[in-house]
Amino acid sequence: MNPVATPFFFYFLAIMAIVSAIAVITRRNPVHAALSLIVTLLSLAGFYLMLYAPFVAAVQIVLYAGGIMVLFLFVIMLVNLEQNIREYQFNKQWIVATIAALALGGLLAFVYRTGRGVFPSAFYQSYRGLEGDNTQQIGIWLYGNYMLPFEIASLLLLVAIVGAVVMAKKRI
Amino acid sequence: MIEYIKGYLSTGTTPGEAGNLFWATVYILLVITGVSVAVLCMNWLERKILAHMQIRLGPMRVGPHGLLQPFADALKLLIKEDIIPHDADKLVFWSAPVVVTMTAFTTFLVVPFGRTHAVTDMNIGVLFMLGVSSLGVLGIIMAGWSSNSHYPLMGSLRSSAQMVSYEIAMGLAIVSAVLMTSLQTGTGTLSMIGIVEAQASQHTWFIFKFFPLGFLAFAVFAIAMVAETNRAPFDLPEAESELVAGFHTEYSGFRWSLFFLAEYSAMLAVSSIAVTLWLGGWMRPFPSLLGGPAWNMAFSFLPALTFFVLAAGCFLGTIRMPKIPQFRVQTIGLGTFGALLGFVGLVLLVPAVSVRVQDIYWFVVKVAFFMYLYIWYRGTFPRYRFDQLMKVGWKVLLPTGLGVLIATALWGLMPQLSAAITGVLQ
Repeated sequence: MNPVATPFFFYFLAIMAIVSAIAVITRRNPVHAALSLIVTLLSLAGFYLMLYAPFVAAVQIVLYAGGIMVLFLFVIMLVNLEQNIREYQFNKQWIVATIAALALGGLLAFVYRTGRGVFPSAFYQSYRGLEGDNTQQIGIWLYGNYMLPFEIASLLLLVAIVGAVVMAKKRI
Repeated sequence: MIEYIKGYLSTGTTPGEAGNLFWATVYILLVITGVSVAVLCMNWLERKILAHMQIRLGPMRVGPHGLLQPFADALKLLIKEDIIPHDADKLVFWSAPVVVTMTAFTTFLVVPFGRTHAVTDMNIGVLFMLGVSSLGVLGIIMAGWSSNSHYPLMGSLRSSAQMVSYEIAMGLAIVSAVLMTSLQTGTGTLSMIGIVEAQASQHTWFIFKFFPLGFLAFAVFAIAMVAETNRAPFDLPEAESELVAGFHTEYSGFRWSLFFLAEYSAMLAVSSIAVTLWLGGWMRPFPSLLGGPAWNMAFSFLPALTFFVLAAGCFLGTIRMPKIPQFRVQTIGLGTFGALLGFVGLVLLVPAVSVRVQDIYWFVVKVAFFMYLYIWYRGTFPRYRFDQLMKVGWKVLLPTGLGVLIATALWGLMPQLSAAITGVLQ
């Protein structure tokens, strides 16, 4: 089989992800912003596929694009949009945001510069073989070696659900 | 070039696995045409069957017994004026039907019509189908919101609430079927072809496995999938008596027909998930109980027989047509259609053809059964109220799905559990 990770697909997905991510923060209309965020999430799923992680890609689509974003849109649609669009943007934290973005960018550049030897191009080749039973491997590791952390994480989620119910209901 | 094309035929895998671009394209085109033709047929069948259930005749004017009605409808929709409401959000309004149609067709990439008759086989087949079809609800929300009108917004809100709540029950039912695939090999699989092969190697369809657990999981899925496709009795998003037409009220002409196409192909897609997971996919009935060459031979005649029966029905209709000049064209048309069906039946008798087509025949028959169920539901059940719908989803289907999942896991572990218990006792 030909490798999926061709430069063409990488740049295609990268441009799509970046353009839609910029649209998320520049669109005044929250629904447009949410739809652009969905495009970003879908192109991220494409990246996971290129990294030979089909299970993560599928879960990204099912959970984020199909589940969470539907609920996002659900809430946004109920908000009074006309007023939101006309309103002046009152967030004045752009200096902090710029510093944070520059720091993150610097960190990424540093990791890329120093870690070049850690991720040789042969890295993918050694993991290509796992593609066929990627899902099975995830299942075995999650429910075998990492059973306890997995259970703790799910317990944490359960606590969050119960907490949400407690906060939302006046009388239980 | 020709060797490249011929090379695939001897591989015995799907074009996607063989990495053959030519055949993959051919299969994609075939699947898209096949699904579109099936939607046309469903259009006619639904109107006819519903009419007969209500003691009416249904479409009778366009073509013999209204056989050309779908084409007339399609033509009408194509030449209708395309209206976009003035205050609509143009871009979102324009892209909503595209999103809905694309997601509905993309799911068919992994549907296995036979061991080699799928576009490709993915390691994450079922998850892929679920994920892509859950993107379809985004299109519905986009359509409802961008129309900038009350009824569509209500319809799309209902639709998203309904789909989000029934997706969970659906997922639990699927997981319990996926658990069953792991029984003999130790590791389960999510690939659609792998699931059918697991049923073949365990000599049972999963609907009969661990009776009644397999059947319960199937029932949960069968109910959830009707809700997921917004069909009666769960058709609240497009309830005519309350919301005009729900999320596609403001759509007309070709855009509306895309929604129609997407709804029916989504129905076909979820039915094929149900067929693959619980009804043995492309396998014929009783492959091991009534095995052997004699039974194989007998079952291989069934595809041709189906077409002969249909042809006989057409000829019967031809004889019963009124013998007056005004009906001459219709009589000739019905006779020709019958002759065509008979010819297809004759072609299917050729052994080389019937061997290749049998898988597809059984798969399509099983899906057709589900499509008939859809029409039957619509003809018999009154629509749920919204609170009843939520109650069924969260208080009946979800606990049942969870219980079945746990019980399936325990039953599958029975040998290990009993060994452990006897070990402790000794």
